[in-house]
Amino acid sequence: MAAIDQSKIRNFCIIAHIDHGKSTLADRIIEKTGLLTSREMQAQVLDNMELERERGITIKAQTVRIVYQAKDKEEYIFNLIDTPGHVDFNYEVSRSLAACDGAILVVDAAQGIEAQTLANVYLALDHDLDVLPVINKIDLPSADPERVIEEIEDVIGLEAQEAPRISAKTGLNIEEVLEQIVEKIPAPGGSADNPLQALIFDSVYDSYKGVIVFCRLKEGRVKVGTTIQMMATGATADVVEVGYFGAGQFIPCDELSAGMVGYITASLKNVRDTQVGDTVTDANRPCSEPLPGYKKVNSMVYCGMYPADGAKYPDLRDALEKLQLNDAALQFEPETSIALGFGFRCGFLGLLHLEIIQERLEREYNLDLVTTAPGVIYKVHKTNGELIELTNPSNLPDPAEIDYMEEPVVSAEIMVTSEYIGAIMDLCQERRGTYISMEYMEETRALLKYELPLNEIIYDFFDALKSRSRGYASFDYEMKGYARSELVKLDILINKEEVDALSFIVHSGTAYERGRKMCEKLKEEIPRHLFEIPIQAAIGSKVIARETVKAMRKDVLAKCYGGDISRKRKLLEKQKEGKKRMRQIGNVEIPQKAFMSVLKLDDK
Amino acid sequence: MERNHEKRKELELYLHIPFCVRKCNYCDFLSMPAEEEVRRHYVNCLLEEIMQRGESCREYHVSTVFFGGGTPSLLAGVQIAELMEAIRSSFWVDSDAEITIECNPGTLDRQKLLFYQNAGINRLSIGLQSASNRELQLLGRIHNCEQFLENYDLARKMGFENINVDLISALPGQKTEDWEYTLKKVLELRPEHISAYSLMVEEGTPFYETYGQDAECREQGGHPRELPEEETEQEMYLLTGQMLAEKGYRRYEISNYARPGRECRHNTGYWRGISYLGLGLGSSSLMDETRFSNTRNMEEYLGQCPGFKRENVTVLGKTQQMEEFMFLGLRMTEGISREEFQKKFQVEPEGIYGTALQKLCRENMLKQKEGRIYLTEQGILVSNYVLSQFLL
Repeated sequence: MAAIDQSKIRNFCIIAHIDHGKSTLADRIIEKTGLLTSREMQAQVLDNMELERERGITIKAQTVRIVYQAKDKEEYIFNLIDTPGHVDFNYEVSRSLAACDGAILVVDAAQGIEAQTLANVYLALDHDLDVLPVINKIDLPSADPERVIEEIEDVIGLEAQEAPRISAKTGLNIEEVLEQIVEKIPAPGGSADNPLQALIFDSVYDSYKGVIVFCRLKEGRVKVGTTIQMMATGATADVVEVGYFGAGQFIPCDELSAGMVGYITASLKNVRDTQVGDTVTDANRPCSEPLPGYKKVNSMVYCGMYPADGAKYPDLRDALEKLQLNDAALQFEPETSIALGFGFRCGFLGLLHLEIIQERLEREYNLDLVTTAPGVIYKVHKTNGELIELTNPSNLPDPAEIDYMEEPVVSAEIMVTSEYIGAIMDLCQERRGTYISMEYMEETRALLKYELPLNEIIYDFFDALKSRSRGYASFDYEMKGYARSELVKLDILINKEEVDALSFIVHSGTAYERGRKMCEKLKEEIPRHLFEIPIQAAIGSKVIARETVKAMRKDVLAKCYGGDISRKRKLLEKQKEGKKRMRQIGNVEIPQKAFMSVLKLDDK
Repeated sequence: MERNHEKRKELELYLHIPFCVRKCNYCDFLSMPAEEEVRRHYVNCLLEEIMQRGESCREYHVSTVFFGGGTPSLLAGVQIAELMEAIRSSFWVDSDAEITIECNPGTLDRQKLLFYQNAGINRLSIGLQSASNRELQLLGRIHNCEQFLENYDLARKMGFENINVDLISALPGQKTEDWEYTLKKVLELRPEHISAYSLMVEEGTPFYETYGQDAECREQGGHPRELPEEETEQEMYLLTGQMLAEKGYRRYEISNYARPGRECRHNTGYWRGISYLGLGLGSSSLMDETRFSNTRNMEEYLGQCPGFKRENVTVLGKTQQMEEFMFLGLRMTEGISREEFQKKFQVEPEGIYGTALQKLCRENMLKQKEGRIYLTEQGILVSNYVLSQFLL
């Protein structure tokens, strides 16, 4: 392959608010540049994971290299790095941005700027990227591109008059986007002759190739046989293969040089040797300093994850290790529960992240999991001056030993149309929010700022926001710090026995309500037994709510007709299958999903 | 044909007649209204199937024949007679075979009964369901109680001396007194056998549309709005056992009651693992420890004639055989015999089901006595809970 002219490379990503059409635009670009014929296109090529397609969201950053023949008759190499859109995955966005020189900002022609549009633009500007606005969905009847362009200029301060007005869905004006990528996104800097300096922005584990490192070369070159060194971990290895990204496949090439985006496989034994954010250099000719690493991400939400079958504990550990390899935000450490046995306390960026990991463990690793109610990290100040960072409610010290407690608080920005401001303010109030400010972005839309306790938003805040604004509100948040709070541990007793895995920490003002709802929910979830089962919520020794699961009295039996016993067998199997997914606590069998039921307390 | 069958294995025959005048509101059985021509075509295919299957059943003797439906009595009497004739010429039917036909009271007359009698049918199973015309209407039945009484009387007078009456309890809005009324009415007639099931709201039926949610609610321990409460249903069930016992009926299976010696041999065969061959649309069979069935698609069935195919062929492994031995056998109040289990599987029931048996006996769901294991009164009430524990 002929050497690639660095001035003909464009490294960019697409950023957008969720649902504004980021993945569809990516597909269209890939299709237009002929990497795949439209017949080969599966909708949303870059959303690789089954889960991503199903949910219509991007979870993992994906990268693809495409060749574009521009109107100036020159061939350009585009490295398109698709990024996730959900607020939980900001860390992924941040990693991908560091590998780019520019970003396409997709804004919905009807909805205009949303909270995540802002958050993502600021992230891109933080990484010194040139931002190229694109107005999408102009085929919608409600599209108002002129208003949206004005908004982009007023709110973000980006020049947007020349922004292509497109429909990624129908393919309208995609060429204009491609031309502007060539014109407006700068070619990468750096020199192939300098010492190797490459940024790891992702990595995956392949059972044949081992660790595959995704990187952006800022300086220098790398090829098969180069001895590379990871600057942070110090690990060295010989390069086995280098290459770039086709659609869903790795395409080996001779060498990668400054400005290029590609992958490296090397004789790396340990997955921990390659940390996302680290800098790869040539061990024999190292660069003087590492590239600035990515923002370190911290877990904000914790929950216990247990294998349904205790014997699968090592499998769960292996699976978590594999997932952690390219998901730096996933943290875990072993813990045990009286009710659930051996498992892990896992840390996540948010609830969606938690759900995604849970589903990936179940689908990709075929594990049957029991997950406990998610919580945040509380700071417990003990009377003896000791400070505990509490992630598992069971570890809360005796109340007599506690001086006071603190809980994490976030700064939230909510973009909402004016008619729903009242409803959203009520919601924030219910969630113990502190009003900070409200600015009108334009006549009909306002940006509300609130400080909210993190534990009030991790369950279902997003859903509540959507339902109370009929989908018109959007939301973004960042950690603000800790604030002192009146918190209590709510215990759940089933048939008079305390179930440690169901305990959670809650603000004293909402404890009664939560306890009541929790009991109601568990009543629905726990199947009837041969005896009556009381379900109680208690703070310390004081019971604050109670429900009862009635005893099983009589089955309704179908006629077993003409010797067709298959239906009877199915019925019995269903009953038995239900049992498999149960946890025995005392003499009560509790379905595994009951442990997650606290999550759904507010849905009506 | 020859009656000597000392060396032959026992076989039961089931013939499915998938036709009815009109679908009842609760019915999810394989049955449909059809033109007379379709019915004739079907009977012809069924005759073929009888002959074809008879060929491969030379080493069996037939102890029971059961015409089920649908409404077998919707067919012309002569059609039933033809089918019986084909059966007798293709299989070795015992001289004392139990031969049953299911009848809808709205489709019977003297002519039909006469055909049945001459064809050797010796047992009638009449679907009354309720003695209240209001309830019959709710169920979507095509007959009223008077028609039933008239036909029952007719059958008795003609000499049918083995009659079953089918009943359904726990109907929407039904009170225990209403059910008691039906039982009383039926007991006055002194039938040999009574089947009394609780209404099951099945998906895909009109009842499901109306009462599906109600049924779901009840199943989860809530208060249904129109279906009887679980307590009421239980009351009805206990009342049934009690009233029937007073009149000399014994509950021999969870929902079946008979005067001494009048237990339905055909149905008991299913629970005891006797081989049976199903003939006709969608019918199921068990032969040589293999389960199979016919297609449930009418066009397909008619199209297959005369080369009928077996579907869903499952050779039962030892595990399945043991499971079935238990969960079918335990439906009978006499339960299962430890010795039989031991003989069939070369292992004691405890060797396989030790934990389950111990637990269920401790919970007073099962009882063991004189080499038999059987459901207790409490166990009968929650039989699904008990039986599901015998799946391995």
